[in-house]
Amino acid sequence: MFELDRHHEDFRRTVRDFAEREVAPHVAQWDRDSYFPTDLVPKMGDLGLFGLVVPEEFGGAGEHGDFTSLCVAIEELGRVDQSIGITLSAGVGLGINPILTYGSDEQKQRFLPDLVAGRALAGFGLTEPDAGSDAGATRTRAVRDGEEWVVNGAKAFITNSGTDITSVVTVTARTGENEDGSPQISAIMIPSGTPGFTAEAPYHKLGWHISDTHGLTFEDCRVPAENLLGEEGEGYKQFLKTLDDGRIAISALALGMTQAMLELATDYAKTRQAFGRPIGANQGVSFQVADLAVMVEASRQLTYRAAWLKDEMEAGRRGLKEVKQAASIAKLYTSEAAVTATRIATQIFGGNGFMEEYPVARFYRDAKILEIGEGTSEVQRMLIARNLGLPSA
Amino acid sequence: MNIVVCVKYVPDAQSDRTFNDSDKTTDRESVDGLLSELDEYAVEEALKLVEAGEGEVTVVTVGPDQAADAVKKALQMGADKAVHISDEAIHGSDAPATSLVLAEAIKKIGSPDLVLCGLASTDGTMSVVPAMLAERLGLPQVTQASELSVEGDAVKIRRDGDVASETIEASLPCLVSVTDQINEPRYPSFKGIMAAKKKPVETWTLADLGVDAGQVGLDNSWTKVLEFTKRPPREQGEIVKDEGDGGSKLAEFLASRKFI
Repeated sequence: MFELDRHHEDFRRTVRDFAEREVAPHVAQWDRDSYFPTDLVPKMGDLGLFGLVVPEEFGGAGEHGDFTSLCVAIEELGRVDQSIGITLSAGVGLGINPILTYGSDEQKQRFLPDLVAGRALAGFGLTEPDAGSDAGATRTRAVRDGEEWVVNGAKAFITNSGTDITSVVTVTARTGENEDGSPQISAIMIPSGTPGFTAEAPYHKLGWHISDTHGLTFEDCRVPAENLLGEEGEGYKQFLKTLDDGRIAISALALGMTQAMLELATDYAKTRQAFGRPIGANQGVSFQVADLAVMVEASRQLTYRAAWLKDEMEAGRRGLKEVKQAASIAKLYTSEAAVTATRIATQIFGGNGFMEEYPVARFYRDAKILEIGEGTSEVQRMLIARNLGLPSA
Repeated sequence: MNIVVCVKYVPDAQSDRTFNDSDKTTDRESVDGLLSELDEYAVEEALKLVEAGEGEVTVVTVGPDQAADAVKKALQMGADKAVHISDEAIHGSDAPATSLVLAEAIKKIGSPDLVLCGLASTDGTMSVVPAMLAERLGLPQVTQASELSVEGDAVKIRRDGDVASETIEASLPCLVSVTDQINEPRYPSFKGIMAAKKKPVETWTLADLGVDAGQVGLDNSWTKVLEFTKRPPREQGEIVKDEGDGGSKLAEFLASRKFI
């Protein structure tokens, strides 16, 4: 069976302290201003947050670290602010992991130490204006010209791609056709500042205001041939693997949100008075708070079981299929629970819940994306059903 | 340079702190405890001094079993080793008795170049243990340092008062207590947390220190809490409806309380 180790709980305390002291006091203002706190990133690096699944030679935690620890960190940051949580989740899952998994020694040496220390951030460009989960529809092209790749196209919704410290964005691009006529997809690393690479103005989003998200355009953007990440034509497989990890991380983020809703709603239901008693004395309110507690517990079990399975898989004791199913189940449940939890909490807060002075309003706006990013709820259901042996369309 | 930092395990100020009904001592059972935040500054300063040069940082605490948590946090921050003095006979000790136990422990640890303390504990808030400890150890003491540097065989500190800042020098070895202005304590990193698991923590009793139980504890302390009453809950504030005269009503209120 799985359970968190003592050091996971010690680490949780550190990250919680950090989140409450370094993030919580500023977060309402940052959210209002859609401000990305670049200065916070190296502080997160000092805590070791970016290196939990990275070997020591690049500054990571090495054999001491695990994916479960990363989930603890994402949960605790997400409990205070979801944007900061996704900054970490994407920074590791989409920024560091592809380079760590598929990069050459030289690519790793060049990029990982700064990424692990929080001196830099990296993005992963998969989604396009006309291609989301259907990655085969990728239109961005990379054409080989001598010792260079020439990249043309556009990417959408790319996290951490336009910060002051973004060092590189890995993008998927068509590099040819397979024998069956399907596009051959490869991953290519585009360092920030490469001529022809533009991070467009940040999006106006419903939520995640603090998170850095841009559309990217590539116009005759030339990078050296060695910037290919992994094998030519393997980009599709590589990003599928990247998304598997991301699902469990999103579960941890959703768990942090539901936990925050439970704490805020419980506190409010105890203190807010109506008709001469706390509103929590009414079952209409208390039953909803009870439901939040159930959601937290279920989310916690699903998230950390999936994380544990993944750590066990890395140690060769569990299979990929089991991990993928657990990841999809966890992501589906926890993200939908988080959306429900913010709706319940906002309702308990009444009119105040609609005011930006109360953090529940921010969480309410931040929740919806959890059912969309890293594979929508529909995609998760499809994957779960397929894994059960049901025929696919 | 070898540094000993004295730290205390205190009830979390965020929780509902109280005393034990039976003997009027601080309740350390029903409330979560932690390393006194004011001591984190002393730990941080010690780590910075050692990191800039060489030597090691030893943390020492006097307290019940749970006080091991306080030294653990200091070790996670980066201290090298720890000593935890735990003995039922110490329960209820006042500041002079505590300083006696600390002094004997520091003598047993060795002769540090520097003893660092926080400004005060966040529970007792007496601020006198550093001075008593320096006296017992026969060390020069400079207290409430907001800046500290070591130059050769001396420390130089800045002590900020209401009307002036003093720069004070003292020869090593000595004892310094530091304020919360001196630095920004680090958070334990993941690596620090993992490394702390392997760091040595020695647990000593009074017998290990050669301190007689008759010199410490509630019954042998010079001072004793006779009675405690909980501060009454804060009353509901006065709500004034703004009917165009909110400003003057606010001014009246402030004037009535002599704030303006």
